Amino acid sequence: MKPDHEQNAGTGAALVRMQDVGLAWGNGVTALDGLTLDVRGGEFLAILGPSGCGKSTALRLMAGLLAPTRGQVWRDGGLAGAGRVGFVFQDPTLTPWSRALANVRLPLDLAGVARAEANDRAAAMLALVGLAGFERAWPHELSGGMRMRVSIARALATHPDLLLMDEPFAALDEFTRTRLNDDLLALRARLGFTVAFVTHSSWESVYLADRIVIMTARPGRVLDEVRVTAPPGRGAPFRASAAYASQCAAVLAMAAAASGAAA
Amino acid sequence: MNGRTSRFSPALPLLTPLLTGLAALALWELAVRWGAIPPYILPGPVQVLQTLWSDRAILLPALGVTLWTTLEALALAVAGGASLALLFSRSRLLSAALYPFAVVLQVTPVIAIAPLLLVWLEPGSAVLVCAFLVAFFPVLSNTAAGLQAIDPGLDELFRLYGASRWQRLVRLEAPTAAPHFLAGLRIAGGLALIGAIVAEIAAGAAGQGSGLAWRIVEAGYRLNIPRMFAALLLISVSGVLIHAGLSLLTRLLPGQRVAARQM
Repeated sequence: MKPDHEQNAGTGAALVRMQDVGLAWGNGVTALDGLTLDVRGGEFLAILGPSGCGKSTALRLMAGLLAPTRGQVWRDGGLAGAGRVGFVFQDPTLTPWSRALANVRLPLDLAGVARAEANDRAAAMLALVGLAGFERAWPHELSGGMRMRVSIARALATHPDLLLMDEPFAALDEFTRTRLNDDLLALRARLGFTVAFVTHSSWESVYLADRIVIMTARPGRVLDEVRVTAPPGRGAPFRASAAYASQCAAVLAMAAAASGAAA
Repeated sequence: MNGRTSRFSPALPLLTPLLTGLAALALWELAVRWGAIPPYILPGPVQVLQTLWSDRAILLPALGVTLWTTLEALALAVAGGASLALLFSRSRLLSAALYPFAVVLQVTPVIAIAPLLLVWLEPGSAVLVCAFLVAFFPVLSNTAAGLQAIDPGLDELFRLYGASRWQRLVRLEAPTAAPHFLAGLRIAGGLALIGAIVAEIAAGAAGQGSGLAWRIVEAGYRLNIPRMFAALLLISVSGVLIHAGLSLLTRLLPGQRVAARQM
């Protein structure tokens, strides 16, 4: 088991380095214009910005799902193999024709892992996200929060080095969202993956992240960067603390400025 | 519990049409007997059943011919429609070039094409081609629509994990398209029977001694109305059985019930 990464958060070398990256769609819309951004090994990076600022596009560039039309996206060589990067979408995007276990197993199946071993690993990951006993459940039988847990388990099934999350909890109610935030931090402490997390909630970004990058409205550029000061483990005491509230207020003010900057 | 719950008992959808049908048959039989309507105008249901039994040596082989043609046409439509839909999903050029002609074939009434086919082909093959032509389109258009209904998130997921073309086809495209394909198959089953019957009637005397529709035409020439009714009954029952069989097949396929519910 890897050590607790909460301690050396963000001190690692860059896993992904985006330098002056621009992306223009075929229809002439510029999604990103001169984005410079690093994701450092071991950190929890939140990318905060108004709707349509190209946060999701930035995440897809990191994943290699899109190629930039300008600038460079450099990815650590270790991320090249299939399954080294996990992706959690805004919707759970499960396959409705397979059960929870088979959904988690998908990346392992695609990598050609033997069925028995893949089943064991998928079941272990499902248990880790708190869904032991739901292996045979169909996606439509699960609640929205549980479906998102399955989606996270699927993204972690290959034990990726980098987990990319695209507003994963935006559609969930506040209680579910709070619990999933805590569980995500616990999972990360245990498995030690690096996270790039796109959100438009300043409260969520402060609660989760070691470092917050604030983007301007379209075309997206980085406007500001904040380092979050938080006790290890975070949890309810941090959420109730004055330090949390003041950092949230500061980030919120910066985000408001960012959405005004290009509006 | 009030009386309202019993009005929606689960047996209702089965029992109601059964009772309605029986009542209608009884009314028919009584009308024929009391009105002394001659059998060459309208035979009663009892006489139709008697004719079905006494003419079984003529009717059953004819039923065999028609059903075999229907199933052959359906099999060809499934193979042709599904593979063409797959080709269309691979090549937009091919789709753009050929799909309009598939529509032209579909909207041209098969009864208008049948005489031409009967000139070119021997009657058995002409009937088969007609049945194929009407059954082909629903399989093609539904499968093509199903192949386009792929979840964009799942599409990205498969790319992220470097899925091969084969893995994409088997694990993403086929299961996504399956409920659409099966809906098309259920329509095609009924249409194949209609196509076969229409072509047999168009063939007229040329199809002498073959299918069930020819037996109707022949019985009509001879004013053997009870036999016309008996043949008609067999055709209806065949149509119902084909539909029921294909519906059952849909429900037996693993996961399809669930996937269909999400459509």
